[in-house]
Amino acid sequence: MSEQLLFTFDVDGDDFTSAGQASSQVKRNLRQLGISPDIIKRVSIAMYEGEINMVIHAGGGTAVVAVTEEHIEIVLKDQGPGIKDIEQAMQEGFSTAPDDVRSLGFGAGMGLPNMKRYTDYMNIESEVGVGTTITMRVNLM
Amino acid sequence: MHNYDHSVCLDVNKCIGCTTCLRHCPTQAIRIKNGHAVINQARCIDCGECIKCCPKKAKKAVCNTLKDLDNFKYKIALPAPTLYGQFENLEDVNFILEGLLSIGFDDVFEVATAAELVSAYTRMYLKREGIKKPVISSACPVVMRLICLRFPSLKENIMPMLPPMEIAALMARNKAKEEHPELEDKDIGVCFISPCPAKASYVKNGFGEYKSKVDAVISISDIYFQLINAMKHSENVMPISNSGRIGIGWASSGGEATALMNDAYLAADGIENVNRILDEIENDTIPPLEFIELNACTGGCVGGVLTMQNPFIAKAKLQTLRRYLPVSQTSIPKGSPEDIPDFYFFDELPTYYPISRLSSSMSESMRMMSEIQKLRSELPGIDCGACGAPTCRAFAEDVVKGTADIKDCTIMYRSELLQFLHSKGDESDS
Repeated sequence: MSEQLLFTFDVDGDDFTSAGQASSQVKRNLRQLGISPDIIKRVSIAMYEGEINMVIHAGGGTAVVAVTEEHIEIVLKDQGPGIKDIEQAMQEGFSTAPDDVRSLGFGAGMGLPNMKRYTDYMNIESEVGVGTTITMRVNLM
Repeated sequence: MHNYDHSVCLDVNKCIGCTTCLRHCPTQAIRIKNGHAVINQARCIDCGECIKCCPKKAKKAVCNTLKDLDNFKYKIALPAPTLYGQFENLEDVNFILEGLLSIGFDDVFEVATAAELVSAYTRMYLKREGIKKPVISSACPVVMRLICLRFPSLKENIMPMLPPMEIAALMARNKAKEEHPELEDKDIGVCFISPCPAKASYVKNGFGEYKSKVDAVISISDIYFQLINAMKHSENVMPISNSGRIGIGWASSGGEATALMNDAYLAADGIENVNRILDEIENDTIPPLEFIELNACTGGCVGGVLTMQNPFIAKAKLQTLRRYLPVSQTSIPKGSPEDIPDFYFFDELPTYYPISRLSSSMSESMRMMSEIQKLRSELPGIDCGACGAPTCRAFAEDVVKGTADIKDCTIMYRSELLQFLHSKGDESDS
């Protein structure tokens, strides 16, 4: 196992206007590491979707990005309401987002499907009333 | 490939090493070293923000002068449409064009005319199958360089069509050779009258493999007074102008996009907005659009740093000038989207220079990044600029890269000094 580099972020659930900042910071860091533009794009989209989800549904949480020479792993952890039916939540177009965020263009029901699409591995652990932890990986090799 | 000949430069004698330009540089290309600003050539995009904000007028743009054209037998002026918005009580564009002829040019070819052709062909291009949408305009050289340096994944979105200045240069050359068959290529000097330093850089460096067909760039502000004195405003002015509303509209933000007669467009101006839009395109968070017009300067080219007028006043003047003009004075033959002549395109895009990359080795980059993170948590985080770097983060990067010394942080130095004095005080107490 090669050495890993960690980026940790607190995703603020109270301030919707700051949503997306952690993923853009990660994007900047990955550029400096010389990761290829295509990978950066996949990581930043997947992380952006997850970050927005945490703000909309869970009142924020933490995001930890671990970079090794083999892969980039994103772990998003919240203490929100949890996902009742993961299979249903994974369907394109399914959304439980409230109307006020829909008016901003969110809540199209593409968040989780996009996270899966743009990553090589994705795992959701969720317990209703306890919280959700999503782990995503994008391989570098 | 990293050598890029810039037009924005510094007069060391005027620079007092204040930190104004540090904060305004959108690519963090400036550091203060030994009491004055130093521009990192690899990062500079020639946007001219530092020229605009420098309180000592120490930043300037290096352009050509009329004298530089002396070696050419036949001189052609290519006025940018922005030039038309710089004069008081101007009723007719022809007064300007005539003025250009009387200060030593043998012919004038309006960039606005070429812009109308580029608009017409862009409308055709957007109908092509299989092109990456949204298509990003290639007209602003600052935006092109910014994309190549920071948004390499958007290169496929760039419209591969030459900007109007280049098309105008090609057409002006051909016209000169037709009218004067005795002229050789080397006899003809094509000179762009420019609102911005980035066009001068573009001409010097080309774009990717493409070499500019323009020979010299003179700034609007340098030629302004000479030109204004040569403008006669007489009633029997020569009808030289051949551009309409669309061509002149290119001077301000939205002009290029509205000419596409397609409402699925976005036009953004000002370097910060441009940066944000490019970021959103990269993140796929913008609505589905056909075309994106981006101008680094506020208001579009009228906001260029080498102009004379406030951009919004210039825009208002252009609106007055355009009022009774036809929509367009040039037309192209009807055809399918594949019928665009080859010379309208550039061959290939510049290769991506990863300017922000810490090291060519991934493991070394990771080691440096973790050092940067550690150092950053120790720095005060107030981005005061006294160390000569724009932010504490940039300073941390510089220290890890070995281009700055941790002792340059005056805040840390001060607290160390206080601690030292304190410990000395303790010693003398005992």
